Amino acid sequence: MSKYKVLSLPCSTIELESLNIGEMVYITGTLITARDAAHKRMIELLKEGKALPINIKGQALYYVGPCPAKPGQVIGSCGPTTSSRMDVYTPTLLDLGLKIMIGKGQRDSSVIDAMVRNKAVYLAAIGGTGALLSKCVKKAKIIAFEDLGTEAIYSLTVENFPAIVAIDTKGNNLFNVGPAAFCKL
Amino acid sequence: MREIHVNQIVETVQKLCIEACCYLEDDVKKLLNKAYHEEKSELGKNILKQIQKNIHIAETETIPLCQDTGMAVVFLEIGQDVHITGGSLYHAINEGVRRGYELGFMRKSVLDPITRVNTRDNTPAVVHYNIVEGDRLKITVAPKGFGSENMSRLKMLKPSQGIEGVKEFVLDTVLKAAANPCPPIIVGVGIGGTMEKAALMAKQAILRDAGTPSSRPNIASLEKELLELINKSGIGPQGLGGTSTALAVHVETYPTHIAGLPVAVNIQCHVARHKQAIL
Repeated sequence: MSKYKVLSLPCSTIELESLNIGEMVYITGTLITARDAAHKRMIELLKEGKALPINIKGQALYYVGPCPAKPGQVIGSCGPTTSSRMDVYTPTLLDLGLKIMIGKGQRDSSVIDAMVRNKAVYLAAIGGTGALLSKCVKKAKIIAFEDLGTEAIYSLTVENFPAIVAIDTKGNNLFNVGPAAFCKL
Repeated sequence: MREIHVNQIVETVQKLCIEACCYLEDDVKKLLNKAYHEEKSELGKNILKQIQKNIHIAETETIPLCQDTGMAVVFLEIGQDVHITGGSLYHAINEGVRRGYELGFMRKSVLDPITRVNTRDNTPAVVHYNIVEGDRLKITVAPKGFGSENMSRLKMLKPSQGIEGVKEFVLDTVLKAAANPCPPIIVGVGIGGTMEKAALMAKQAILRDAGTPSSRPNIASLEKELLELINKSGIGPQGLGGTSTALAVHVETYPTHIAGLPVAVNIQCHVARHKQAIL
């Protein structure tokens, strides 16, 4: 189960296809953040036929709303939020080329179908470890929707950011397979 | 009549907010350590280790344990011989929350439910008042994150469903919540009373020192049974599989009506924050 892989972003689809559920990855590169309000706004822009303020193609999206940075800190506590709240918006973004999603918790079947269709992966970061994860962020910059405060879109430069492959490009799902292996009910 | 000035309340709430969000209490740390040693999944063990590392970093550097520093839930036990002076008690609580969240570099997550416009200072808090005997004021600050709050449920069962119905509802709530509330979780259960009483008891149940059984033997045995049942689910740390799904189950009860059996389940993530002060 606990194999370690290094994921340098941006990466090729071939690299993403080599990831399997249960593997631990350490990510180095750029992540883009978005949670509820930013997703809602992006989808509204698309519905109006307008362009997104970020290039979603090939991107890694991290579902997070960080704490403010203390003086001397790059970013405050910044662990993952529950991904399923983004499910309603996600297939559209996957069809536009989104390749990696990082969050916590289960995804619905529409997201998984869109992931398989577009060869994307979903990585689980460990919920409730925002202090630890803040140490992996080397640069943080707001790039869109600044008025949304913590829900603004940030660009984060991360080093050795730990995550677990939860749903792979084949649609294998650790949220089903993992608990089933230990269920005694 | 003992007098307590609101300024003292503001300072206390401010301090409790920061401490609750950055320093996890020993009761939860102890249970997490136990879970780490007992966890059967290798990946689950690894996750529990990261959770422990996070606690250490948060504590040594005074960084919030989790970016969801929650909505501030404040429980007050006000001695009936206490006189609050210098202003409004409610305003003092909110001023303490406002200052704590600003000075502690904590996230402001509170907004209007209809317009979704953020109040930008994490106020208002949810304040519960209880008048008790004596001349002391006990303040408990419990910042509640919504990853776990969203997974909480309440149901008005029929009396015919009995205790089996209660167990079924608690287990079903945990199974439906699965990975979302950041397991390992603490499960607070309120049984009886009215609708709002059951919900309040479920919340109060998670404030109990984690892992301390109910003082009533039949309730303590129900807690133990539910904990074993939940940990057989296989959900495990972060819902990725394992044997540590819940650290504790706490049950509170209250007499109810002949026609009803209210049950509320409040789920708490592993960042189980609660700090107390007595003035």
